[in-house]
Amino acid sequence: MDLLIFQAPILMVQASMDGILLGILFALIAYGMALQWGVMNIINIAQGDLVILGGYIAYFMYLYGIHPAWGVIVSPIIMYFVGIGIYKLVINKVVDRDLFISILATFGISILFMQLMNFAFGADVVLANSGYGTTMLFDNSVVLPNSKIFAAVISIVFAIGLVIYMKRSKLGRAIRATAQNARAAKILGVDTEKVYAATFGINAALCGVAGALISITFTIHPYMGLPYTIRSFMIVIVAGLGNLPGVALSGMGLGVFEEFADYILGTEFRIGSVFLLLVLILVYRRFKLSKKREYLK
Amino acid sequence: MKIKNIIITFVSALALLLSTSVVSFAKVVGDKIVLGAAVSLTGKYSSNGVHTQNGYNMAVDRINSMGGIKVGGKTYKFDIIYYDDESNPKRAAQLAERLISQDGVEFMLGPYSSGLTKAMAPVTEKYGVPMVEANGASRSLFTKGYKYLFAVLAPANLYLDVAIRTAVELNGGKGVKIAQAFEQDAFSQDVRLGILDAAKETGSEIIIDDKLPKELNDMAATLAKVKATKPDVLVVSGHTKGALTAIRQIAEMKVDVPMLAMTHCDAAKLSKQHGKNAQYALCASQWHKTLTYKDEWFKDGMTYDADFTKMFGYAPPYQAAESSAALLVFKDAFERANSFDQKKVRDALAATDMQTFYGNIKFAPGGQNVSKPMVLFQVICDSSGKCENKVVAPLKWASAKLIHPVPKWSER
Repeated sequence: MDLLIFQAPILMVQASMDGILLGILFALIAYGMALQWGVMNIINIAQGDLVILGGYIAYFMYLYGIHPAWGVIVSPIIMYFVGIGIYKLVINKVVDRDLFISILATFGISILFMQLMNFAFGADVVLANSGYGTTMLFDNSVVLPNSKIFAAVISIVFAIGLVIYMKRSKLGRAIRATAQNARAAKILGVDTEKVYAATFGINAALCGVAGALISITFTIHPYMGLPYTIRSFMIVIVAGLGNLPGVALSGMGLGVFEEFADYILGTEFRIGSVFLLLVLILVYRRFKLSKKREYLK
Repeated sequence: MKIKNIIITFVSALALLLSTSVVSFAKVVGDKIVLGAAVSLTGKYSSNGVHTQNGYNMAVDRINSMGGIKVGGKTYKFDIIYYDDESNPKRAAQLAERLISQDGVEFMLGPYSSGLTKAMAPVTEKYGVPMVEANGASRSLFTKGYKYLFAVLAPANLYLDVAIRTAVELNGGKGVKIAQAFEQDAFSQDVRLGILDAAKETGSEIIIDDKLPKELNDMAATLAKVKATKPDVLVVSGHTKGALTAIRQIAEMKVDVPMLAMTHCDAAKLSKQHGKNAQYALCASQWHKTLTYKDEWFKDGMTYDADFTKMFGYAPPYQAAESSAALLVFKDAFERANSFDQKKVRDALAATDMQTFYGNIKFAPGGQNVSKPMVLFQVICDSSGKCENKVVAPLKWASAKLIHPVPKWSER
């Protein structure tokens, strides 16, 4: 059975396309994580829960008869303010402490969000139907759900939009300056407090977009956030901090890797193999770094 | 210092009293038989936990209002102490301990899910407390030699056994090609073992055997393999998430397979969430309202369905029906034992042989109910897009004819 992919090479195209589409969506979440990690030095464990909350916003629009695709506009707006709220309540108290404290704090937020969502929306698995059809390629042998293509396109649009915003706008420049050196930025008149709040808000908004997309491509459930946190964390680790094109590439790369692992090793090793790859990359990095150090000596 | 201690003790004692609201520390107080139950009111199983609780409450209400339980010439009424196990096995085990050693409960009802039942069973076994459970179907519960555990439901390995046998029958008795995808948890893996057994017995071949990681909600790869290998039957079991994901992606990827068999369609409200895309899916169910089993308390499935809907405002999923049946079993056992001695009640439970609205109940030595077959229903939609679950197998209970093979997506 494990040779199926070699018997039917067209499955490789299918696997690559599935992986890329999946990876782009994950990369969007990772993008937000990389941003706030870089700027505020905070690893947000609640990232996945923000995604799920964004998904519920789209789901409720769907329940009230609005097409869930509008969720990609409404959800980030609401989530931006949710993000600012979380920042004002909790994050601003841990932002200049060490990483461990921020992990604990966001872990707490994550648990709180899970329970609140469970309380408010119930523990049923839900989804929103977009009604988008299917694209068939190569004589029907490669099938791509349009909802996944839609998700990938929207993710790319938001990612590019954000890059431009960071380059051109005043706030974007302030965010980048703060990321480089918070103290220097402060001295030069940047209101870092505001920058932090905005960064957290933007991250939450990105999660909102991703959540809305996930509600129309996959399923949502109050306790399903953690896998998204872990996945985005891995993507950021592989890409390296502050490397935004790297995030997109590593997102897609991991997605494709995962799909191929599914065909070759079996579905049960799919996620395990991604973690194995992560370990290998980290070991390789360390190896490379230690070499560099020797050279410097 | 002393006064402070006394105040603290007093306040905490009061709080404890208020929080349990049952002032008893024994199983039978006055005319009440107190049962203990830990169910998931919060956490990931909370929807099914609530179904379980509603099922229990409905039966308690009904039995109490219809004369209660007669033991030793006296009439008793049921009462249940509930705790929330937060969908957490560790918590469930603690609560079992607490119910037994602090609240003095001597008879227990089961929690929701195999995992939680597995956590509680060693505790009830240790104290010799008879537990009748209605929501733990995993085969491993019944192979450990537990003497005080009784399950009113059919074990997990029988869930989709009927589907394979039906497919083979329709194939003229020849073996079929099976593709299967199961989540990696105790329950789904037991369902998988059942399929392996059925495949072996019928000479069927398993061509895809995927195990879905818990955190995965994308099965595109599995479905692409299915498309490429064209099996006769596709079997999916991964709780609610698995059922919803499968239907969504099968429709999106236009996967044509003659028979699609799943678990948890009820809980997933498949036809409500997916409409016509869910059509033709075959679903394993412990119970369906159209089955013609009867008893004197709930009469039959249709009446139970109507009464439950009236009481709780939604139609009962099988999780509620089986929970109600657990109380009927307890009542029957108490009356036959004619005693509250745990050993005698246990023996009476083991000798149970009765019919309830939910099905026949007779326990095998392992504690599982072997006299009630699983049923399969098929999601069938009319031209207006309204979908209904109709029992199609086994033939004895069928209220509609199985549509097989499933029409191709291009012809729908």
